[in-house]
Amino acid sequence: MTAASLVPLPVVLPLLGAGVALALGRWDRAQRMVSVVALSASVAIAAILLVSADSQGPLVVWIGGWPEPLGISLVADRLSALMLLVSATVTLAVLVYSLGQGVADGTRDTPLSIYHPTYLVLSAGVANAFLAGDLFNLFVGFEVLLAASYVLLTLTGTDERIRAGSTYVVVSLLSSLLFLTAIALVYAATGTVNLAQLSGRLADLPDGVSLVLQLLLLTAFSIKTAVFPLSAWLPDSYPTAPAPVTAVFAGLLTKVGVYAIIRTQTLLFPDSPLTDLLMWAALLTMIVGILGAVAQSELKRMLSFTLVSHIGYMVFGVALATTAGLAGAIFYVVHHITIQTTLFLVAGLVERRGGSTSLNRLGGLAVASPILGVLFFVPAMNLGGIPPFSGFLGKAGLLQAGVAADQPLAYVLVAGGVVTSLLTLYAVAKAWNLAFWRAAPAEILEPAGTAPMGYADEPGQAPATPVALPAAMVAPTAGLVLVGVALSIVAGPLFGVADRAAVDLRERSPYVESVLPGGAP
Amino acid sequence: MTANLALVLTSSVLVAAGVYLLLERSLTRVLIGIILISNGVNIAFLVAGGRAGGAPIVGVTEPARMSDSLPQAMVLTAIVITLGITAFLLAMAYRSWQLTGHDEVQDDVEDAAIRRLAVADAESRSYDDDDERAPMPEARP
Repeated sequence: MTAASLVPLPVVLPLLGAGVALALGRWDRAQRMVSVVALSASVAIAAILLVSADSQGPLVVWIGGWPEPLGISLVADRLSALMLLVSATVTLAVLVYSLGQGVADGTRDTPLSIYHPTYLVLSAGVANAFLAGDLFNLFVGFEVLLAASYVLLTLTGTDERIRAGSTYVVVSLLSSLLFLTAIALVYAATGTVNLAQLSGRLADLPDGVSLVLQLLLLTAFSIKTAVFPLSAWLPDSYPTAPAPVTAVFAGLLTKVGVYAIIRTQTLLFPDSPLTDLLMWAALLTMIVGILGAVAQSELKRMLSFTLVSHIGYMVFGVALATTAGLAGAIFYVVHHITIQTTLFLVAGLVERRGGSTSLNRLGGLAVASPILGVLFFVPAMNLGGIPPFSGFLGKAGLLQAGVAADQPLAYVLVAGGVVTSLLTLYAVAKAWNLAFWRAAPAEILEPAGTAPMGYADEPGQAPATPVALPAAMVAPTAGLVLVGVALSIVAGPLFGVADRAAVDLRERSPYVESVLPGGAP
Repeated sequence: MTANLALVLTSSVLVAAGVYLLLERSLTRVLIGIILISNGVNIAFLVAGGRAGGAPIVGVTEPARMSDSLPQAMVLTAIVITLGITAFLLAMAYRSWQLTGHDEVQDDVEDAAIRRLAVADAESRSYDDDDERAPMPEARP
């Protein structure tokens, strides 16, 4: 029994759990236990995988025992294992949060027996995408997680969710079809879809053909990642889902896209980094996204726009195509998954405590609930990039890499990154001032006729009555806030892992040689 | 590698028709568009598999005359996935019809908010008279 035999488990365990949870649909308590056990085991396994991938190099499993280049391979190298660990941790925390919410709301009256199985399928899909060793398995991973996300986004099928869901589903389907087309073309051109084999064979293709393949893959992934100009679907669809669902989507789904971009850019197309194109995309993503966030008067929508905006930082790191840039991007992904999820969980708590997420309605929360104030303030400052926190470290790493690249456009990006960081701070500070710092809403509530923008204020939709915060929801949120703070404490080792992962990615040989020890046939 | 021209043409016609339908507002038409595109892409996979040959079963066909089975396996997976998602989209279109009496994809929140503001403030320069006249689809009683 070696560490390599654990590689399929992060995919298999949640899927098994999903089956069992579905069968246990009537027994709420048993269902919850199955989910928690399956995801806790995933976290533990991911940690083991990271440690062994870091010490022994990439772990490879050929599913079903087919001889080497024929079968489906799962590969856990440093990047995959790190992503896996972060995503598993975040999924577990969000699961506990949603359990707390369910207990507080008394799910017994409105049982949603599909929530747990779907959630587990989502986490299996994410794990499969991170571990996939070939393009087609990556596609399957994407489809599994997307199919689960369609269900979670339209849970209970209210008008608002169906409206948001239809855009989301159609856009995601379109990107999947583009991806599928790209796979067909890659197979026609090279006769394989295995990433390690492709890394050798794509280099032999004429430049034009490989550029077409690269652009097609990039477009498909950019839609999933929400890179400007392909990002318009995200701020429209995410905020309508239940708080835990939005949180896990915000943390994970776009980052799977970032992972796919990093993987294909470094492993398949190392000779054509498309630096200029990606840098412009990164710059526009950052600036347009954050301007959207500044203009919002609704907390969840504001956070969705910051999510889009900060994708730009990761794309910037990838665009640099240097070891420092990739390391910065990897660190930033880890930071951003944690922080963005935390903020959406806090937004769920705000909605519960304040009765709304519209900044025009909220107020006085810092007095009403100091603990909520702390829970919002710490990750918000982290996102804004205030020094002791990981947001600052990640941005500093990326900006250093940008300066080191010493190109005119890279300096523009560095300036854009600083501006985006300041505007993020402005956006979260505005939210803090309005929702937490100013006087309680009874004194400032506007007359009903002058409803401001934001769908929480749509006619006929009364704000929910504020209720106290259940401890079962506060505890996992606080846990994630602490993980976010801990990221700055362990920033040294974490940057070490990110650096080594980036070196692996740039060299390519560790990945290729461990997948195909005999050399690419 | 020689490609089958008929398959290439079929695939491109299907994708083109699908893209046209995808630009419609009704969710059902969008769905048909997606089905057409995905069938087009599936046919592209058959092109990717190279020339047609015998069934890839050892003992039935000589290895040299077998057709490539890998793209067919991928197409099967893709068909299954599309089937599931199609069912889901149909359910969504039906639910949309239940709720609003039509299955048109609605404006996103930002557009709707701007439009509401413009309608509320008819004096403003961003007010567009056509918005008022364009009949909104009524919900069924």
